[in-house]
Amino acid sequence: MESQKYLEDLSEIKNLMSRSSRFISLSGLSGILAGIYATLGAFIGYFYLNPTPGEYVTLHSWNFKFIVLTLITVAVLSVITAFIITTKKAKRNGEKIWDATTKKLLASFLIPLITGGIYIIIKLNSQHYGLTASLMLIFYGLALVNASKFTLGNVKYLGYAEIVLGLVCAALPGYGLWFWIVGFGILHIIYGSLIYFSEEKK
Amino acid sequence: MGLIDNINKLFDHRIRLGIMSILMVNEYVDFNGLKELLDVTDGNLASHSKTLEKAEYIKIEKSFIGKKPNTRYTITPLGKNAFKKHIDALENLIKR
Repeated sequence: MESQKYLEDLSEIKNLMSRSSRFISLSGLSGILAGIYATLGAFIGYFYLNPTPGEYVTLHSWNFKFIVLTLITVAVLSVITAFIITTKKAKRNGEKIWDATTKKLLASFLIPLITGGIYIIIKLNSQHYGLTASLMLIFYGLALVNASKFTLGNVKYLGYAEIVLGLVCAALPGYGLWFWIVGFGILHIIYGSLIYFSEEKK
Repeated sequence: MGLIDNINKLFDHRIRLGIMSILMVNEYVDFNGLKELLDVTDGNLASHSKTLEKAEYIKIEKSFIGKKPNTRYTITPLGKNAFKKHIDALENLIKR
């Protein structure tokens, strides 16, 4: 049948276009786990420190260092988990973990993220703590939207959600921690589960 | 003019179709990148890319990175246009 051949051509075109320009082996499970780490980290920070109203966390106090340590632990754990699960999945899909596409993906993700990170550190050094959670959410969201061109397209919706959350957070000072938990914890768990279950169906 | 007239004979081959699909969505791709994605031999890739270059659908640039030769493939505006028409034609033929 002629039209059968045309159909095959079209699906071959689609397949090659996405395989050559997008890294699709991101895993839902690593998203879920990252969300759980973030939520646990935030609760440990909150209950362990148990800040009383009116008390301030200053830059050189031990509890500030404790918060920073928790944040770093959450970030490192998430990256390691994502790396292990993603490598496995890429192998199964026959996708390369380190090629032109993943380099582009990483660069487009890291540029907004590192810019935001440096900006936040500069602000912290001049005692501007208030907007930290909001800035983290906004820059992380921008990084996701930027990187979505080189991976699963729907990552950009997670990015939009983080940006909106970050902006609302900026308008409601004092609730930073809660927005942080929703953005880095709950949204990751929801998005991760959606990806995870759509993978399972295939 | 029938629908079939828009089907481009040049793209009626798996490797040439593949080269065009990849170059449509990438700024440039080098020889090894194409080879891995398409799973073809060196000679096959070279001869089919020559054909596309002759039609001025793609540009082949040779250069050196250190001592290693590097061949870089890019799509031309003409090639982009032709391939879009080809995809449209395929879609129309299926819808019929």
